[in-house]
Amino acid sequence: MVNGSAAAADGTPGPVVRVPVSLRVNGAERRIEVDTRTSLLDALRDALGLTGTKKGCDQGQCGACTVHLDGKRVLSCLTLAASADGRDVRTIEGLERDDGAPHPMQEAFARHDALQCGYCTPGQIMSAVALIEEGRAGSDDEVREFMSGNLCRCGAYPHIVDAIRDVATGGRRA
Amino acid sequence: MRSFAYVRAGTVEEAVAAAAADPEAAYLAGGTTQVDLMRDEVFRPARLVDITRLPLRGVERRDDGGGVLVVGALTTMEELAAHGDVTTRLPLVREALLRGASPQLRHMATVGGNLLQRTRCRYYRDPSTACNKRAPGTGCAALDGHHRMHAVLGTSPHCIATHPSDLAVALLALDAAVRVHGPDGERAVPLGEFYRTPGSTPHVENALTHGELITHLEIPLLPPEARSGYLKVRDRASYEFALASVAAALVVDEDGRIRSARLALGGVGTVPWRVPRAEELLRGARPDDDVLRAAAEAALSGAEGRPDNAFKIGLGRRAVVRMLGALARGEEPDGAARGEGR
Ligand SMILES: Cc1cc2nc3c(=O)[nH]c(=O)nc-3n(C[C@H](O)[C@H](O)[C@H](O)COP(=O)(O)OP(=O)(O)OC[C@H]3O[C@@H](n4cnc5c(N)ncnc54)[C@H](O)[C@@H]3O)c2cc1C
Ligand code: FES
Ligand code: FES
Repeated sequence: MVNGSAAAADGTPGPVVRVPVSLRVNGAERRIEVDTRTSLLDALRDALGLTGTKKGCDQGQCGACTVHLDGKRVLSCLTLAASADGRDVRTIEGLERDDGAPHPMQEAFARHDALQCGYCTPGQIMSAVALIEEGRAGSDDEVREFMSGNLCRCGAYPHIVDAIRDVATGGRRA
Repeated sequence: MRSFAYVRAGTVEEAVAAAAADPEAAYLAGGTTQVDLMRDEVFRPARLVDITRLPLRGVERRDDGGGVLVVGALTTMEELAAHGDVTTRLPLVREALLRGASPQLRHMATVGGNLLQRTRCRYYRDPSTACNKRAPGTGCAALDGHHRMHAVLGTSPHCIATHPSDLAVALLALDAAVRVHGPDGERAVPLGEFYRTPGSTPHVENALTHGELITHLEIPLLPPEARSGYLKVRDRASYEFALASVAAALVVDEDGRIRSARLALGGVGTVPWRVPRAEELLRGARPDDDVLRAAAEAALSGAEGRPDNAFKIGLGRRAVVRMLGALARGEEPDGAARGEGR
């Protein structure tokens, strides 16, 4: 049993409780100590300096904070860092190839102009990479359904679908 | 957010003991409700008992009766939806799961947590407003406020908040049960006895007492010849809660008569809403328009609308007719994309 020390019991904000957390982030072991309230999103951005993962709503509604946890796409804003202890995290920074070349999905987003302001893009790309691994990019409708957890305030949706289908079909989409 | 102590439990007994020892403790599963509501200061636990590492993940099939799926409470929504028996024998459960939330949320959200998610009522989620469910005795701001998404069945003058779970609606139609481990031992609670309508105590939502942990769901399989589905009517095509939803299963005999019927509604009730009277009307009948309309009438009987949500009564009736009619004809109710993986 892992135990973070006790907080004040009277309903006031109480003393900060800190817990050690070790994560495997983009292949590297990282050890940090966090306030129990810290989300995985804030741990990545503030403690580990990985600011590619974005905070849109902080309420589980927009998908900007999407990362892969033990290989599955999840929302880092609703994941507590303490609860992710011992797990494997992949962020947008971990997508590039060993030689520094971008991931095919990143290339496809650039090629299809699948963004405007770019704020939602890291979350879109992490979700899209997982979507392909899940085998759910078989048609435009399927992509729309299974990308519905990623909102884009700029409305880049048509090009996002094009980019994902391009990768799913092995580059046969103009 | 109030600061809290964090405990990660390794066994069910450890988890229950840790929660039972502290009246201000709460369990953490996928966190998609728990963390969200803590951030909004709706929940202010002094201690979180993390149950994500308990060995309660996975699905087993028990072959008593017509077969029962015993589902560990920490199985995620995606995992349950992908299970072979759910795909072949329980389309209504699969569809209820895959039409809920988003893929990211479904990879996090556990089926136990899903049954315990809280209402999406904006007043419940905003501690600066009146809400009897969140703060007993403060009143209900929804009665005369924004209540387009609110319930028309099972309401009281104290609360009209809708129960948001899709999964619970499908499971209720199937006579599923939850297995619970608490400080005083284990018990099973049929889903039909699990949820509480608000009455004068809207803050009491279900049969669980403090420290009780859901360990498993027990889901009876439908007979192989049954047709079932989940119709979810909502403001956008995906990633949205139901305005009205219908979980239904029919067995239709060769002579065209309905041998058995199961029907439950979501999005319209303060709790997932089963309708035994409508099921009786359908049993033994031919599914013609009059019969389906009578069942729909029965399903919404007693419904009370307010200015902005009264439309749900007609919407609910039409959804019932559409779902039952489609099942009787062996069609899809909503022309769902094949990609949804029926
Ligand atoms: C943007 C958004 C959209 C959503 N859309 C839908 C939708 O369309 N349909 C739908 O059905 N749901 C929807 N949800 C809700 C989501 O499905 C639930 O939040 C989720 O299923 C809860 O599971 P969890 O594992 O994350 O639970 P947690 O958030 O960890 O826990 C939920 C509650 O249950 C308690 N708890 C958890 N597990 C147990 C257990 N085993 N025993 C006892 N207590 C326990 C916790 O203490 C907490 O009070 C949506 C959520 C979000 C954020
Ligand atoms: S920041 Fe996590 S879903 Fe919006
Ligand atoms: S590109 Fe601006 S939000 Fe999507």
